[in-house]
Amino acid sequence: MAEKLLEIKNLKTSFRIRDEYHAAVDDVTLTVNKNEVLAIVGESGCGKSALAFSIMGLHTRAKIEGNILFKGEDIANVAPSKLNKLRGKNMGMIFQDPLTALNPLMKIGDQIGEAILLHNNTLSKSQRREKVVNLLQKVGIPRPEHVFEQYPHELSGGMRQRVVIATAIANEPELLIADEPTTALDVTIQSQILDLIKDLKDDMDSGIVLITHDLGVVAEMADRVAVMYAGQIVEVGDVLTLFEEPLHPYTRSLFNSIPNAHGTQDKLHVIQGIVPALQNLPRSGCRFAPRIPWIDEAAHEEQPILHEVKPGHFVRCTCYKHFKFPEETKEEQHHGVS
Amino acid sequence: MGFLEVKDLKVHFPIKGGIFGRTVDHVKAVDGVSFTLEKGKTYGLVGESGSGKSTTGRAIIGLNKITSGNVTFEGNDITANNRSRASFRKDIQMIFQDPYSSLNPKKRVIDLVAEPLRNFEKLSRKEERIRVQELLELVGLSPESILKYPHEFSGGQRQRIGIARAVALKPKLIIADEPVSALDVSVQAQVLNFMQEIQNELDLTYLFISHDLGVIKHMCDHIGIMYKGRFVEEGTANEIFESPQHIYTKRLVAAIPEIDPHKREELKKFRLEVNTEYEQAYNDYFDEEGLAYGLKPISDTHLVALPEKG
Ligand SMILES: Nc1ncnc2c1ncn2[C@@H]1O[C@H](COP(=O)(O)OP(=O)(O)O)[C@@H](O)[C@H]1O
Ligand SMILES: Nc1ncnc2c1ncn2[C@@H]1O[C@H](COP(=O)(O)OP(=O)(O)O)[C@@H](O)[C@H]1O
Ligand code: SF4
Ligand SMILES: [Mg+2]
Ligand SMILES: [Mg+2]
Repeated sequence: MAEKLLEIKNLKTSFRIRDEYHAAVDDVTLTVNKNEVLAIVGESGCGKSALAFSIMGLHTRAKIEGNILFKGEDIANVAPSKLNKLRGKNMGMIFQDPLTALNPLMKIGDQIGEAILLHNNTLSKSQRREKVVNLLQKVGIPRPEHVFEQYPHELSGGMRQRVVIATAIANEPELLIADEPTTALDVTIQSQILDLIKDLKDDMDSGIVLITHDLGVVAEMADRVAVMYAGQIVEVGDVLTLFEEPLHPYTRSLFNSIPNAHGTQDKLHVIQGIVPALQNLPRSGCRFAPRIPWIDEAAHEEQPILHEVKPGHFVRCTCYKHFKFPEETKEEQHHGVS
Repeated sequence: MGFLEVKDLKVHFPIKGGIFGRTVDHVKAVDGVSFTLEKGKTYGLVGESGSGKSTTGRAIIGLNKITSGNVTFEGNDITANNRSRASFRKDIQMIFQDPYSSLNPKKRVIDLVAEPLRNFEKLSRKEERIRVQELLELVGLSPESILKYPHEFSGGQRQRIGIARAVALKPKLIIADEPVSALDVSVQAQVLNFMQEIQNELDLTYLFISHDLGVIKHMCDHIGIMYKGRFVEEGTANEIFESPQHIYTKRLVAAIPEIDPHKREELKKFRLEVNTEYEQAYNDYFDEEGLAYGLKPISDTHLVALPEKG
């Protein structure tokens, strides 16, 4: 039986915009087990980072409702001082933009050293230095002794991201949240970094939340996948099920819109419209319906909820049973199929 | 004769040093590349960041000074600066990576899109307005958009404004430098589809620069792989993706994640083999400076920087 590491229950994270709170994460329930990679996919603006920041307790002005249980303890609204202890030691995060995570005025080696010191003060200075150099080596940084003495601005984007990763894994966290860790990197570097994340999982039994929009990365890394749209989970399932039988129209739209080096699509599917801004999000009815306007209004449910269609495979609403892309509809008419 | 021919192109940037700011060394950003674009086709330039892709594109259009080598466009040498420059400047346009910073935020759409027209054609206000509206329609933006500013548009829409600008003078060649790298997945699909549509409509040729191999495979007929300012391999999309020959290309292609979760183990094993081969054969495939050797043909279309026999 899988051991639960993180349990998110009915999480709602709202931001205040002109005196009103709007939920960017809206009633999200998810579990991450030990030794498991949970991938979260969705277009930008769907609330993936807001979710990650909520878990890490990094929002300063958001209203957080619901529960976030880390090894059984609710950390959704604990005092920052207590959370600081958890963060960095038991939980690590890799940020989308490495510059937000690095102190521009501090040498690389000192930054990582400090992260280690915060949670382990038994090491001598030279032991700490040795550990940092080892970490830099582990994330594939050439000449780690030299990089130890450098400042963030002296490194390329790829090197900085490796430093952030080294910091995140320095204390061998039980939970690692990686927010688009490789989006800006070249494939060979991406592949090395994904291997490092896998090692953390295999060696330490860590649980990983991997946020990405690269379905290739999902296919290679994930045990389970959650698809997020407009603050809600629209589909969750194990990786094989999700790739073999994606059900929700949003999941299927995403799959068809991405060019892949192993694929053979002629024309990419374009998801019409855009993810609405928070204050314009439809809060009742299906949030995705406006982006599939060719589907008959009457087909949508009033208040779509997650249904378990197979053990472990949840889909919001039932519309998937009738959903077709316009291309498919045209083809059927063409062939005279009713 | 090719539509655009690049011959032994070199772009070296001086590194200044010392108190007198003398040139102490050079960055060999592009160090002897040759390739030919066919009319109406898409040529992909791939390579890791810093390999010289943008510099190659910028040198062709004249934004970077060429150190040596030459570029021939429809038979005319366009390296010989200044000469017939104006005529080809109309024919070759560029699309940039970042739709946020490549458009002047203080200008309205009408002025942004009309700018190239004003430089090359004498149109009345009314004619100009009609042309701009036609162009906006072509890129799928409403004609009423002309009075808006760039910040009022989404990233994908902004990139399309950039494209409207680039196609305003009915160019023959568009150099697209990472045109979708800053865009979200759904918007990326829209821009790529659109680029293919106008390619057919306007008989455009693309030099398509990207580090995203999925996008490259989707768009390109021919591909050149760059590494440290040189080509390591060139071939059709099929040759590059299905039978890469240079160890560098092999490793690059092997690193692409497969969109099929069943293939994980297989791919892991394959990558291990490829990486081992890469490490073992590195000294054969690269010279003392870690640079690739010259390309040698192994078929009509497939060229590989194979080791010098020594
Ligand atoms: N601090 C904030 N204040 C107000 N709105 C925010 C804040 N952070 C995020 N948002 C909004 O919340 C939504 C989700 O954003 P985000 O979580 O960053 O999406 P993703 O990571 O999926 O791209 C977006 O509409 C975004 O503009
Ligand atoms: N104007 C410049 N001055 C000095 N060096 C440059 C200049 N432009 C590019 N370079 C250097 O040339 C090399 C190739 O850069 P670039 O063509 O931008 O690569 P790519 O587009 O493949 O990422 C890099 O080492 C870069 O730092
Ligand atoms: S029917 Fe349902 S989930 Fe589907 S698009 Fe409509 S309501 Fe949404
Ligand atoms: Mg994000
Ligand atoms: Mg570039």
